[in-house]
Amino acid sequence: METVLLYLGYFFVSLGAVFLFLGAFGIFRMPDFYTRLQAGTKSSTLGAMSLILGVGLMQPEWFFKTLIIIIFIAISNPISSHALARGAYKTHQKPLTDTIDAYEEVVKEDETKNEEE
Amino acid sequence: MENVSNISKLIYTWIILFIVWLAFTSTLATEEVVTGMFVSMIVALLSFRFFTGTGLSVFTPRKVLYLIQYFFVFIAALIKANFHVAKIVLSPKLPINPGIVEFETNLKSDFAKMVLANSITLTPGTFTVDIVENRYYIHWLEVSATDEESVYKEIAESFEKILLKIYE
Repeated sequence: METVLLYLGYFFVSLGAVFLFLGAFGIFRMPDFYTRLQAGTKSSTLGAMSLILGVGLMQPEWFFKTLIIIIFIAISNPISSHALARGAYKTHQKPLTDTIDAYEEVVKEDETKNEEE
Repeated sequence: MENVSNISKLIYTWIILFIVWLAFTSTLATEEVVTGMFVSMIVALLSFRFFTGTGLSVFTPRKVLYLIQYFFVFIAALIKANFHVAKIVLSPKLPINPGIVEFETNLKSDFAKMVLANSITLTPGTFTVDIVENRYYIHWLEVSATDEESVYKEIAESFEKILLKIYE
């Protein structure tokens, strides 16, 4: 049983490392801020989650603690990416797009309102 | 949603905090459990007003089943999202077509909106930029449709269907 858990742990840690690497590679290859954020958020979330789960499987007495860390990552990581994206847009970091930018109007409206005040 | 009694909120907070305590100590020794009950009660008394908007009403069997279903839908989407990003990153041509789309949600409670926003962020090729009232602004890596109907169908429907049953 312990060996099985150990090897499962190795598997998840390696998987996490691969996803984290792909995330870093994505940040390197993507053309603008928002697409980089896409690559960064997704891979780092699953990468960190599976890495930590692997550690929990290797050390069964830590398993529940690692579960709590995983839940915390699942909640906090997307929120930080919302904050980054919103902050970037409000400081005029234009997204690279050929199709549609629905958010532009909202920001413009906000800004004119602020100026009036 | 607003008229949840304080006692229900308090008990809900207490239960969640106590489960977290049990997970952190990872033991069922009597002194640890008793201390945990006292400590989580004190923290619950201080924080229950901000901790939950739903109280115990999410703990009906039907809603718990939907929560479990949501969990699996979410994990599947998360794994799919990662392979999706991996595929894009590794393909030499970098096949992306980014843009920011919008759609309207039927959810009412703030907490449900937050859960939906987080779920969208962790699913293939999309993340939430902002929520204004009940309009979501989503950055999409591969825009395949720009009208609200099909955007909603493509991105949010599978999550929102379950969330509506849990929180409304």
